[in-house]
Amino acid sequence: MDYRFSLQGAALVALPSGALWAPEAALLVVSDLHFGKSERLARRGGVLLPPYETRATLARLDADLEATGARRVICLGDSFDDLASEAEMDEADRLWLLRLMAGREWTWVEGNHDPGPLMLPGAHRAEVALGGLVFRHICTGAVAEVSGHYHPKARLPGRVAPCFLIDTDRVILPAFGTYTGGLWSDAPELRALMAPDALAVLTGKTCLARPMKG
Amino acid sequence: MTVAGHGLGRGGAYLGAMELPVQLSKWFAAQGWALHPHQREMLARAGARSTLLIAPTGGGKTLAGFLPTLAELGVSPGKGLHTLYISPLKALTSDIRRNLGRPVEGAELAIRVEDRTGDTGYTARRRQRADPPHILLTTPESLALLLTYEDAPRIFAGLQRVIVDEIHALAESKRGDQLMLQLARLEALCPGLRRVGLSATVEDPAALADWLGAGTGVLLADPGPDPDIAMLEAGAPPWAGGGGRYAIPAILEQVKRHRTTLIFHNTRAQAEIFFRNLWMANDTDLPIGIHHGSLSREQRERVEAAMAAGALRAVVCTGSLDLGIDWGDVDLVIQVGAPKNVKRLVQRIGRANHRYNAPSKALLVPANRMEVVECKAALDAVKARDLDGEPRGRGPRDVLCQHILATACAAGFAADALYAEVASVGAYHDLTRAEFDACLDFVATGGYALRAYDRWQRLMLRGGLWTLRDPRTASVIRQNLGTIIEVETLKVSLRGRGAPLGEIEEAFAATLTPGDTFLIGGEVVRFHGLREMTVEVTRDPGRPPKVAVFNGTKFATSTQLSERILRMFQEGWDLPHHTADWLNLQREVSRLPEPGRLLMESFPHDGREHLCVYGFAGRNAQQTLGLLLTKEMEERGLAPLGFVATDYATLIWGLEKVTALELDRDRLRAGLETWLAGNAVMKRTFRSTAIIAGLIERSHQGRRKSGRQATFSSDILYDTLRRFDPGHLLLEITREEAMRGLVDFGRIEALLDRVGDRVDLVRLDRVSPLAAPLMLEPGRVPIQGAGRERLAEDAANQMLRAAGLR
Repeated sequence: MDYRFSLQGAALVALPSGALWAPEAALLVVSDLHFGKSERLARRGGVLLPPYETRATLARLDADLEATGARRVICLGDSFDDLASEAEMDEADRLWLLRLMAGREWTWVEGNHDPGPLMLPGAHRAEVALGGLVFRHICTGAVAEVSGHYHPKARLPGRVAPCFLIDTDRVILPAFGTYTGGLWSDAPELRALMAPDALAVLTGKTCLARPMKG
Repeated sequence: MTVAGHGLGRGGAYLGAMELPVQLSKWFAAQGWALHPHQREMLARAGARSTLLIAPTGGGKTLAGFLPTLAELGVSPGKGLHTLYISPLKALTSDIRRNLGRPVEGAELAIRVEDRTGDTGYTARRRQRADPPHILLTTPESLALLLTYEDAPRIFAGLQRVIVDEIHALAESKRGDQLMLQLARLEALCPGLRRVGLSATVEDPAALADWLGAGTGVLLADPGPDPDIAMLEAGAPPWAGGGGRYAIPAILEQVKRHRTTLIFHNTRAQAEIFFRNLWMANDTDLPIGIHHGSLSREQRERVEAAMAAGALRAVVCTGSLDLGIDWGDVDLVIQVGAPKNVKRLVQRIGRANHRYNAPSKALLVPANRMEVVECKAALDAVKARDLDGEPRGRGPRDVLCQHILATACAAGFAADALYAEVASVGAYHDLTRAEFDACLDFVATGGYALRAYDRWQRLMLRGGLWTLRDPRTASVIRQNLGTIIEVETLKVSLRGRGAPLGEIEEAFAATLTPGDTFLIGGEVVRFHGLREMTVEVTRDPGRPPKVAVFNGTKFATSTQLSERILRMFQEGWDLPHHTADWLNLQREVSRLPEPGRLLMESFPHDGREHLCVYGFAGRNAQQTLGLLLTKEMEERGLAPLGFVATDYATLIWGLEKVTALELDRDRLRAGLETWLAGNAVMKRTFRSTAIIAGLIERSHQGRRKSGRQATFSSDILYDTLRRFDPGHLLLEITREEAMRGLVDFGRIEALLDRVGDRVDLVRLDRVSPLAAPLMLEPGRVPIQGAGRERLAEDAANQMLRAAGLR
């Protein structure tokens, strides 16, 4: 179902949804939510995508929080597609998000699309150090690092899916947002960041691990 | 209806209602040309609002279409566009420009003839907009683009006539529906515009006439003598497979005996392989060439030019040469592979001998034993002049959405006026106002149930007119015009080396498992893996290909041909002994399909269990049957992995043996509604619909090359809509499109009516003679179920072990 591994001594679980669960810290980490993507595209006069990706993403986040009982949440950057997306967020969606935040220690890490939401509660950080790991949006190559940003995806026969990239020193999370494209896990940018024996763990009904390369 | 030539004298002098310029008549006479009766009749009908001319290939129908234009323009025409000529092929427009140039220049007429396609340069296109020629030759896509410009009314001012060539081909696709909407637009710009449609032989001229426009008169030219057509005697074809390689010596012999031979194949891959083998067997160095849609434009143009110059003795080709270009020297057509459809076969045969009233000569080359049967049935049908065809459905609404958006690009429109205009088009005559308004709402706001944002607006109503909210978006809309949906392809490369061997469809690549062998560019390769956007393979010449590459058009065998085949099984056959023996063997080890019964076979093969269902319902319905049955098998824990459908059977493979399978009509029908929504066929249909209707942009090659896909999968949009907005217009259109196109449930019901409960399931210890060809069929559909989950897990574990990671 899920995929359990350890990163520099910390026990971690890659969930089939694309979230990362750290049981010792009761911490759920999600990256690249891209709330309001369809709204931004519509605002820019482009295509009118179905305006439902925010609630679809919230529904999956809700399910993970419920299942894990997480007390801490880190959103690893690019939580909103841009600053205006936050202001334009549907009221029902905003209330849903506030309900998820209630009673939890919630941290917005700064991304390249957004500095983190300005009107929502929660802490704002450029990066977070917790339990021997460091959480930031873009991978720097440091050891014990958890990051997002690249939206990695990979294939297995009959399946193309967003994936985690995992080696002994770091993990890169898939995008959790519903409308998010992806970068193939063996793209040069990602190969440069990860060790040659890194794994790609595909999300979907169950987590499936395969070598990142080849 | 009038038969051309009735009561008219011979020669080119009498011209009825319209006179040709004297110089032109003289020039024709000097060439020794006399007008055909239907050409004269077209002049006589020059004033008619709409005319459909049906003439065999070689009957000079294109000239017939242009004669009234030449007569009206005369020696010294004024300025401005007079006639618009539309052809489905770019190559045809340049060919027509050359052909029309001869009489125009020969008779020293001051008529400007120019073509305009995607290949026309920027400067020429700009000049054409500023100063249009008298006759403009173009394609539906280029016309769509022209109509989106703000100066469209000025460009088309004074337009008198529009000629739609090869209209029988356009009418079979959405390109035709789009064109008819554009003609309505043109007619609004140019009141009094006259239409002419030029068509090859069709089964129902009146229906095509209605499609072209209300009150269209039909002119039937003399269809000419019966074709000289037979099956090529080339010995026994193989048990399975396609391509007709076994017949190469016999085909070469025919090429030697004729001036120029066209050798048609049903797919590009087969044409490639055949060409390579033909070339190797070509010991006397006959000049031969190849022509198909995957070749570069330069390559195709070289072959066309060599053909026109009479420098080639044979051209191996696909549907890319079904239309157009008049090559007088072709005296033999060879069709390799089953023709699938009698009407298309007749049209192809017409490519041979472009001289009017000379019989066309054609040979059919069945590629395997089943195709021998199909070819025999087709020969019988051609002799009986018994053409087949499916009635056209209603005008597709995704095309209408695009038309509305394109119309908003040019200038604002009033909803009432545009609705009236659209409803005047034959295919849209029963479109309700509510349906139109729903399309307009989709284009303007996305048409979502959730209306939270004011800015969900692509169009705005200003002063009673719908216009683009942001005029700068027009350029993006223009880039996405058109109804041809390119299949996403991936490059195939040898592992460790960059040079690509060719391209395969992304959907096909997704079905491959490492170790699978397949054919590409005429060689057998072994699949290793997908790396970014490339399929990595190694050469593996020793092995038979496990799966064949699908490329090019898939045709469905018509109902009428399928019925002829089943009758032949029942009533006995007059077939070559090799095929008769094969059918007898099938009867011995299993059974032959019968008209009133349904035969199923179950057997193990290559480590997997197989079930073969001989429904003879045509490819699309057999495909749906595959979806319905695999769903049923999934529920019963039989772990189906995938299926492939042909016109006569569906072959399903999986992990468990099937010993009994019930075909319950009510369950099939009830199941259709609930599960259809989730399957791959619907997603594939949704993708086309979403692109045409303008929900998503086309993925342009350049953008995909960057690796980071700017667009995400249309599957996600489909799933999101189904979950949050199940009543959305695009889902409704997708369902409608799938039902009539890919689903074809009507033919399944007809099958169930035919067989009742007379179903025979035969268990065999190996693949049966009749099932063998299906093993090589392209177009495999994977099933996303428990079986595949098990396989993906196994594959992942194997890869980890191989990498030493576990």
